[in-house]
Amino acid sequence: MAEGTQQHPLKIYFFVWILLFVFSAFSYWVDWYGFQSYTRWGLILLFMMLKAGFICAIFMHMWWERLPIISAILLPCFAILVFVFIMWHESYYTLLIRKLFFLINGG
Amino acid sequence: MEESTTPVQITVPPNEGMVKDWASDQKAFKGVPWGKAMMWIFLVSDTFVFSIFLISYMTVRFSAKSEWPNPSEVFGLHIGDYNVPLLLIAIMTFILITSSGTMALAVKYGYEKNRKMCAILMLATAIFGASFVGMQAFEWTKLIMEGVRPWANPFGAPQFGSIFFMVTGFHGTHVTIGVIFLFIMARKAWRGDFDTGRRGFFTSQKSHYEAVEIMGLYWHFVDLVWVFIFAFFYLW
Repeated sequence: MAEGTQQHPLKIYFFVWILLFVFSAFSYWVDWYGFQSYTRWGLILLFMMLKAGFICAIFMHMWWERLPIISAILLPCFAILVFVFIMWHESYYTLLIRKLFFLINGG
Repeated sequence: MEESTTPVQITVPPNEGMVKDWASDQKAFKGVPWGKAMMWIFLVSDTFVFSIFLISYMTVRFSAKSEWPNPSEVFGLHIGDYNVPLLLIAIMTFILITSSGTMALAVKYGYEKNRKMCAILMLATAIFGASFVGMQAFEWTKLIMEGVRPWANPFGAPQFGSIFFMVTGFHGTHVTIGVIFLFIMARKAWRGDFDTGRRGFFTSQKSHYEAVEIMGLYWHFVDLVWVFIFAFFYLW
């Protein structure tokens, strides 16, 4: 490979590999232990983001890429968050309409 | 058998000069082979596809009038006298992470032009991936036997079945395609195509070890998607 040598020590791959196992075990433990509500959701999101971050940064080598390609990949993903926000509100509106409908029609 | 003689070095490209890179009138993604850039762009589009599935899952779950089935119980397994929650899903998660690790090492050995290690590790990745698909087939069979259908299920909100089959089915398809390509790539690596630059059967392009990294990007993405599915669908 002429350009962009992506050669990294073996150590870092094993380190991330172990970390991923640990984070997965933790997220399974969240279910096992039976955390509920905000604690549960917070912990799930935390371990999810940690795992996704390490896979993306180290295994997919994004940490060592130049900023133009990183921004071309990551910036469009923020549009997803906007869509999540819109649909989150839409879903509660749908639920409200459904409840009203069944209230009136006695479902 | 060629061993790498060059010392291993970490190259951290400078983060300044992003505007220069974009405006250079040549190519924006410096130091990135075109195949890799194209794979990244495909993965971004695939991210959107999976996001839309997960967003529709969120919308459907929030707006469901009846109770959403508890995945911890639905996907639990009976072992002897015990009900172990989410056992199969946990095993599948660990298998996929294992395969991700072997793939990362395959990419590393690909860069070092270590033909044998690269091929063996890709083969291992493919086998882990195939076992994942097998477990998913088992899971589907189990749920279908219990009466889960895309339009109804015995546990609660009827939307559960359609979301389950759509999301895990689409992810399973990705894994299956990945496994097929991993077998092809492992064979190519083993035969020494990446060393001799033998032209591909379909594309007529010269083979390169870059292909291993591109394969790796796809495989890690499949793992990445599973991280989100595991969090939102199985744990939430």
